Amino acid sequence: MSGPIRPPWAGPLGLYHPGTSVIHRAPAGLKLALLAVFAIAVVAVRGPVSALAFLGVALLAQLVARVPWHRTTRGLVPALLTAALIGAYQWWARGWETAVEVAVDLVALVLLGAVVTATTRADTLLDVLARVARPLRHVGLSPETVALAVGLFLRTIPVLARMSLETRDAARARGLDREPRAIVVPAAVRMVAHARATGDALAARGLGED
Amino acid sequence: MIALDDVLVTAYSPDPAGGPDRVVRLLGPVSLELVEHRVAIVGANGSGKSTLARLLNGLVLPSSGTVRVDGLDTARDGAAVRRRVGFMFTDPDAQLVMPTPVEDVALSLRRLSMTPTERDVAARAALARFGLADRAEVPVHALSGGQRQLLALASVLATEPAVLVADEPTTLLDLRWRGIVDALLADLPQQVVVVTHDLDAALQADRVLVVDDGSVVFDGPPPEAVAHYRALMQVGA
Repeated sequence: MSGPIRPPWAGPLGLYHPGTSVIHRAPAGLKLALLAVFAIAVVAVRGPVSALAFLGVALLAQLVARVPWHRTTRGLVPALLTAALIGAYQWWARGWETAVEVAVDLVALVLLGAVVTATTRADTLLDVLARVARPLRHVGLSPETVALAVGLFLRTIPVLARMSLETRDAARARGLDREPRAIVVPAAVRMVAHARATGDALAARGLGED
Repeated sequence: MIALDDVLVTAYSPDPAGGPDRVVRLLGPVSLELVEHRVAIVGANGSGKSTLARLLNGLVLPSSGTVRVDGLDTARDGAAVRRRVGFMFTDPDAQLVMPTPVEDVALSLRRLSMTPTERDVAARAALARFGLADRAEVPVHALSGGQRQLLALASVLATEPAVLVADEPTTLLDLRWRGIVDALLADLPQQVVVVTHDLDAALQADRVLVVDDGSVVFDGPPPEAVAHYRALMQVGA
């Protein structure tokens, strides 16, 4: 028995969770700016103690945002696995201090990113991205199109994950689950087809044409 | 009014013998004017009916000839045409690109001059119109197929296009959702051009085009058009 079926993985950055916390109410631009500052600090400040402090900040943000834990922790699973692998390698190559620093830094960054996306609507994020991309107008790029591309990239992560799982199931149904080619090739074809369909969908709505 | 003037759509196709790509005819030549409130397009799979539908909002451009919507040329004024003509796909998953319904409808509204608050209010109003108000914040993947198609419809109609083109909007739906979507489409004030395999729905249209092998082989009142299509399918069986 495997228990109730879980919804498909929604990506490391999670979905918007409505709320009234101070983080929900904070301007999206401020949240993105603080996330950028946090990312720079995480990379610049060295050592396991500071890494644990950064994780503490991310956990505190999660608590203040009052986003249900399952909303962010499920998305964190791949990041935790990656952190564990990188940490193990760093332990072997450079010692436990570097291992803790690198692994915890990664988890802290992904967690705070998840908190920001869980407390900010995609539409609001697009507004901020379009404002940030405004200077690109001078080199002939439409800020709205750039924002749309970034927004779609975030949305596409869970879609691609779902497609990979569906393709794996299709291969499994034909007894080909140990044949990587039966999974990778169709998954790649479906992803390209999805990209084309998304392009058609955007064109049909007249988006990205300014 | 939608006007197709001597429209031909061709495409390159690989030569099975390994030679250079061949040019094949997908549709046409077609000349017609669509002024009726409800137009249905029926035809077998691969007959060219989706190509015909896609021509109407510029998703497919004619290889020769012109398609005009209220005088706007789909090849020259594509963006303006798409502001007038909404398009609904068979598979809502191909159309919905944002994580939640309210965000997806708001995405459609981005090309209108609205503040974020106005967009949010308008998006919720569009969802409420289609009975999705309580699903506004639910992940799109958690909606049923029928709800997703309603959301796709809400996203298209939020910008109030003058024409709606729907490419087999009920093909993936069960009988109940098919009835709901058909009833919604029937009540729209917009001109609706719908590609369908549902002959009962086609019979409710004002005019039916029968497409076969890249040509419009019948164009007329629904009863005669449906009878022609049935006969055509029996000959091919």
